[in-house]
Amino acid sequence: MSDLSKVRHEMLPDLPPPENTTGPIGWMRRHLFSSVTNTVLTLFTLYILYILLVPTIDWAFLKADWFGETRDACTSGGACWVFVTTRFSQFLYGFYPEDLTWRIDLAFILLAVQLAWLMIPKLPYKGIVSVLVLFVYPIVAFYLLYGGSFGLDVVETHKWGGLSLTLVLAVIGIVAALPFGVLLALGRRSEMPIVKSFCVVYIELWRGVPLITVLFMASVMLPLFVPAEVTFDKLLRALIGIVMFQSAYMAEVVRGGLQAIPKGQYEAAQALGLNYWKMMGLVVLPQALKLMIPGIVNTFIALFKDTSLVLIIGLFDLLAIVQAGLTDPKWLGYSVEGYAFVAFMFWIFCFGMSKYSQHLERHFHTGHGSR
Amino acid sequence: MSNTRQLDDTIMVEMRGVNKWYGQFHVLKDVNLEVRKGERIVICGPSGSGKSTTIRCINRLEEHQKGDIVVADTVLNNDLKNIETIRREVGMVFQHFNLFPHLTVLENCALAPIWVRKTPRAEAEEIAMKYLRRVRIEEQALKYPGQLSGGQQQRVAIARSLCMNPQVMLFDEPTSALDPEMIKEVLDVMIELAEEGMTMLCVTHEMGFAKTVADRVIFMDKGQIIEENVPDAFFNNPQSERTQAFLSQILNH
Repeated sequence: MSDLSKVRHEMLPDLPPPENTTGPIGWMRRHLFSSVTNTVLTLFTLYILYILLVPTIDWAFLKADWFGETRDACTSGGACWVFVTTRFSQFLYGFYPEDLTWRIDLAFILLAVQLAWLMIPKLPYKGIVSVLVLFVYPIVAFYLLYGGSFGLDVVETHKWGGLSLTLVLAVIGIVAALPFGVLLALGRRSEMPIVKSFCVVYIELWRGVPLITVLFMASVMLPLFVPAEVTFDKLLRALIGIVMFQSAYMAEVVRGGLQAIPKGQYEAAQALGLNYWKMMGLVVLPQALKLMIPGIVNTFIALFKDTSLVLIIGLFDLLAIVQAGLTDPKWLGYSVEGYAFVAFMFWIFCFGMSKYSQHLERHFHTGHGSR
Repeated sequence: MSNTRQLDDTIMVEMRGVNKWYGQFHVLKDVNLEVRKGERIVICGPSGSGKSTTIRCINRLEEHQKGDIVVADTVLNNDLKNIETIRREVGMVFQHFNLFPHLTVLENCALAPIWVRKTPRAEAEEIAMKYLRRVRIEEQALKYPGQLSGGQQQRVAIARSLCMNPQVMLFDEPTSALDPEMIKEVLDVMIELAEEGMTMLCVTHEMGFAKTVADRVIFMDKGQIIEENVPDAFFNNPQSERTQAFLSQILNH
């Protein structure tokens, strides 16, 4: 028996990890050069990157021409960004009267300031700013962009275009689709048969048709069904189509999040006496929305890019206006620069949303598990 | 603690001929139960015997299809007003704690007083701290539930229920999900609560707790109350064969 007895009287000290397993060199050893195959693959990848990146950087930056008046300024053989820089204000503002573009600038600066305020954790009065951005700002922005009151001239929506139109579509689409999506998702999980079937039919109907169809319906078919004297603004029709379409998608993302919340959370909230809306608003949705951030942002990004489909109903968003510029006989043959610019602009906004969502996920992380 | 205390005559919870079905499955069969103010009842029985379902019917986490339930003079029916009134007066502690993971311990406790009782936030937080102190966990008030041990979480869950100042407390296997070394800290809190005169219905397998605290022990099997008695008689001289078999299984191991 005594042969099997083992006792430790002194505890072992903490030792540092072996050398070459930590720091950048340790990382490279483990991840890039851990075997012969890996070393070969690493070197091969570096070579591919080299032959791809060097000419691209050369074309886009080193040999590029940036400023000028006409295509004659492009002499160095690289990218001709002159096409973009000379038309830059048109790409931003569309056909908005040049002397009034300050109104667009002001509207977006106001929005940017408010969003920045909400995103920077340390600033106070978040509640007031949220109310401003959700309820006051839309009215201010409407009069700034459209005009018609406060001494501002009306600028018809068919003159809107470029990046500002893309942003108008995306921001309104995003802000409106989320609450509608939440309501639809709650409705679909409701125990009331009428509410439930309405939501199911709505979601399945709108999800089942392509956005292009929705936009065509909104712009071509809707006017056929309403009396000739009633006219809706084309932009408004497109916006309603986008919001209705995207809220159906959003509803399914939200429903996925709701399903991940354990039944015990509902029961605990009910046992404390919270009614349905308080239970949802205080206990279930805050947790579900946290889980849904990747899905919601994914939908937002898709929505942002889908706004370019409005070009098929004759609205000049960023893509459409660049494309229109490319058909100008004076600038034929610069489509690579044009499309690269559009892609870059879309990427900036989508990447920004993606980064912010990652930040939010970390911010909301409150320890493990949801019980 | 004496098992033959003088109890108030007020009936706090009354179940008369309660029946419940899950689809075709008859889970509660003619359950009759009267709980007086300050009375402490332990319900035990094999799993699937309907003991959890019974107490979950009291605050309408489960709906019964036949029979009457009256809680603190409010009739439990389909009227949402009545259900909410009853839920305000009945606290519940769950097997898996069910704390809200996105809120701190303090916020968990203050949530219902603020939103259901309309207590001002500062006052609600004071109440929360009072009960957190009582379950000896006030130093964790600003942590999130995920940072606490199981025993600590369950004590927070008890404090959260107490913050609503309930007249009845329901415990649904409060120690079953805990590691053995944490069971005592939760039982201690429950014993203190009992000593203060709280009306309690506990579904539990802790027979030691039942012996010291309960005024009455109820044994359920197959959706029916098989036997109920004061703890002494229940444990030392069970009448029904089923009770005898159940007790011999859980006490002799």
